[in-house]
Amino acid sequence: MKKNDMILIISILLLAGAFLVGYRRYQIMNTGDNARVTVTVAGEAYGEYSISEDRTEKILLPDGNYNILEIKDGYVSVSEASCRDKICVNHAHIHYSGEEIVCLPNKVIIGIINGEESDIDGFAGQ
Amino acid sequence: MKSKKLAFLGLLIALAFVLSYIEYMMPINIGIPGAKVGLANLVVVVALYTLGERDAFTLSIIRVLLVGLTFGNMAMMMYSAAGAALSFIAMFIVKRTGKLSQTGVSVIGGVFHNVGQIIVAIFVLETSAILYYLPFLVIIGTLSGVVIGLISGMIIVRVKKIFRWS
Repeated sequence: MKKNDMILIISILLLAGAFLVGYRRYQIMNTGDNARVTVTVAGEAYGEYSISEDRTEKILLPDGNYNILEIKDGYVSVSEASCRDKICVNHAHIHYSGEEIVCLPNKVIIGIINGEESDIDGFAGQ
Repeated sequence: MKSKKLAFLGLLIALAFVLSYIEYMMPINIGIPGAKVGLANLVVVVALYTLGERDAFTLSIIRVLLVGLTFGNMAMMMYSAAGAALSFIAMFIVKRTGKLSQTGVSVIGGVFHNVGQIIVAIFVLETSAILYYLPFLVIIGTLSGVVIGLISGMIIVRVKKIFRWS
């Protein structure tokens, strides 16, 4: 291993690490009480749920595949899925705005967006 | 191509195929889509330094086709083809500059393998939201690249001792 290799490895790790820490702080700061859970399937909106209400939602795809979304105490996770790799099920639960759980085989993306303040009428978010 | 060299290329293709199969059988599942150790990259790096760039490229293509047709489906083949292609191009360029040893080259390969897969995922899922995983994948790609680079370094030295071709 050359010196250049070390420089490359350390700078990649530092850059990626710094980006992760910075983005994490940004996520924490930008998460309000009205954050909402959004579900998209193959790029199209499927549903939107409040993060503060506990619920279990079966995301059913036209081809029979499914992911079961669970919202509990402000945390979102996938409890069951029909896909092969089960990466979404093993994914750590998400809580902050900008976090995601992705199921590549089913093309399902579960994300959290910071909902608009609910007392401002007429602003429906994006 | 000398027959000895050709036989060695065949051997490496078989090895890459087996390593891909092992990875398919035992996927690491840490909850990050697209995260892979990239065991087969070990063989590509070894080929790059022992057989040369053209044969390493051939090996890369044949591996993706073999693995895709045997275990995967079209979607999986698309992901691995993009990863393999981008990773090979990046390793090729970095190796040509001569500034890095096989460890650095393998790190670049690992990182770009993941970047290639993310790019395909962006098109398949029709969203750029998945870029969120990029830093995680870059870190995983770097770490596995270091390990694979060190191991392939040991293999390359030994292979060069046994096989001598121009």
